[in-house]
Amino acid sequence: MNGSAGRKLEICDTTLRDGNHAVAHQLGRTDIVEYAKAAELAGADLLEVGHGNGLGASSLQVGRAALGDIEMLTAARAQLKETRLGVLSIPGFATVERDLKPALDCGVDEVRVGAHCTEADVTRQQITMLREMGVTVKGMLLMSHMAPTKTLVEQARLIQEYGAHAVILMDSAGAYTPAAVEEKIGALVGELDIAVGFHGHNNLGLSVMNSMAAIKAGAAIVDVTARGFGAGAGNAPLELVAANLHLEQIETKLQLFAALDAADLAESTFVKRVPTNDSVTITSGIAGVFSGFAAPTRRAAERFEVDPREILMELGRRGVVAGQEDSIIEVAMGLAEKNSLYQVI
Amino acid sequence: MHAQNGSLSDPLRVAIIGTGNIGCDLLLKVKASPYLRCDLFAGRRAGSPGIALADSHLVPTTVGGIDAVAELGDRIDLVFDATSARDAVHNWSILKDLGIPVIDLTPSHLGKFCVPALNLEECLTEPNVSMVTCGGQAAVPIAHCFGEASENLGYLEIATASSSASVGPATRANIDEYAFTTQQATHEFCRVDTAKTILIINPAEPGIVMRNTISVPASEKVDMEALRVAVDKMEKLINSYVPGYRVVVPPVSTGDRTMVTIEVEGLGDWLPRYAGNLDVITCAAVAVAEGRAGARR
Repeated sequence: MNGSAGRKLEICDTTLRDGNHAVAHQLGRTDIVEYAKAAELAGADLLEVGHGNGLGASSLQVGRAALGDIEMLTAARAQLKETRLGVLSIPGFATVERDLKPALDCGVDEVRVGAHCTEADVTRQQITMLREMGVTVKGMLLMSHMAPTKTLVEQARLIQEYGAHAVILMDSAGAYTPAAVEEKIGALVGELDIAVGFHGHNNLGLSVMNSMAAIKAGAAIVDVTARGFGAGAGNAPLELVAANLHLEQIETKLQLFAALDAADLAESTFVKRVPTNDSVTITSGIAGVFSGFAAPTRRAAERFEVDPREILMELGRRGVVAGQEDSIIEVAMGLAEKNSLYQVI
Repeated sequence: MHAQNGSLSDPLRVAIIGTGNIGCDLLLKVKASPYLRCDLFAGRRAGSPGIALADSHLVPTTVGGIDAVAELGDRIDLVFDATSARDAVHNWSILKDLGIPVIDLTPSHLGKFCVPALNLEECLTEPNVSMVTCGGQAAVPIAHCFGEASENLGYLEIATASSSASVGPATRANIDEYAFTTQQATHEFCRVDTAKTILIINPAEPGIVMRNTISVPASEKVDMEALRVAVDKMEKLINSYVPGYRVVVPPVSTGDRTMVTIEVEGLGDWLPRYAGNLDVITCAAVAVAEGRAGARR
């Protein structure tokens, strides 16, 4: 049985983390301060802040951030009272000594430790340590469309065993359908004792529908961003999820109008382009490629004069996962070489 | 003193401790070397796949771990440690007192770093040789090339992707040590202000061939021609002990970074050929042992 019965649905606003993907990790201090105030007023349970790939991820591989982790967290911390401050930590990018401990010293309330959906055992070290320290800790299974339900249940059980308070399925490629959400979330809710969450992306235009399907299947946590500001085609928009929750009379701490205000504020300040679906993000969803690959794929396609959709389809065939952005260049160069051969013939 | 004069008729007597993926692949590489003889394969769990492998090759095995290795005393010339960063510290505390040299394949960094393409000769008499990490063995030589082809390098980054099946429980439990040790070795062999490493585990099946991308920001002043020459030379040098080491993306500028991607295909001894992350460190360790045996001098 799920332990969330009787509790309010928890809303994780990840605008200042996943949204960083949409602006090549260039969110500035003022953006963070202003949005943190708005998220507090909107009644978000958690505000996740940082580089798009989490702590310690600022790099050439996945993009260098305008601000360091500590600068971002300090800016947000000062604005939050009821809303808890969260970070994403992916072992392989984030290390305990260099990244996690300094973040905790900034007053982070909750850490979500992420791993590719079949590699949950790499989260053991961080989850057990955080649990011992008394920090709220959740496990995130990335790219969860790539694994069958049975595998996800096994991997989520590991996360539960390590002591996490919840496990969240991430639809990192925006490749889920509502039926798949119901099946996978439903299975986790049935098999686990800890809360289950869902993190949607909009590559196939289903982020809101999928989030609502997850809630119906028993999810106790949903991830949202203002205007869907996030990787690729964007996330489940805060304002649309809030509106649907309002109509369905599902109780949360969200204040409807304040949530709408937060999204308006985001659009009028740092959301340079409201995420939408175009041929690149749709292909990313079809190919099941990490949403964050959209921007670097566009750049590589331009640089090597190849079709970005062909890059994404090949990456999908190779089964690349989040963090393998270097493969984009390799594939683009390979396609360019193939194209030039055809020209010669 | 221990014999350092192995030859075809008088091979260096070695023990391997640790029976995971690295230990097993190493065992098969040692078996194939005429200069080395594995006299003990030491694990801790009876019936493990590693012990079964050694049994099938008629190599003496034990589940007595480090204590059984220590009992061999001067009947052994060299120990390969393929356990974990934590266990390697304990093992070395025992072997050091016995005067038995160790080639350490864990990221514990207790002795001198060795990347054969860069400093084999300096490591032939060291009591404890640290083989860095698999990513380090693959990427640090290219980092060194970047260092040689640039002035005042400010930032260099190594991103390694390995197949899930080839990354065993010890590596997963020591993922921070892996990053730290790879970074330290990068600094030792490449003059750079800041080095960063990223490790990605990919579950695709069949497994992806181990890949490493070494990058510096586009703003760094790199002599591209010098880098091309150096990388080309390095590939050939490493091929002398890791045959499946290949440059797949030669030096290129992508707008935001200058990068090189290399892949390492293994011999397919223990795991399938995609698991070059095993070979790149086991072949390097064998190269050091053979060097000590006099084979490569």
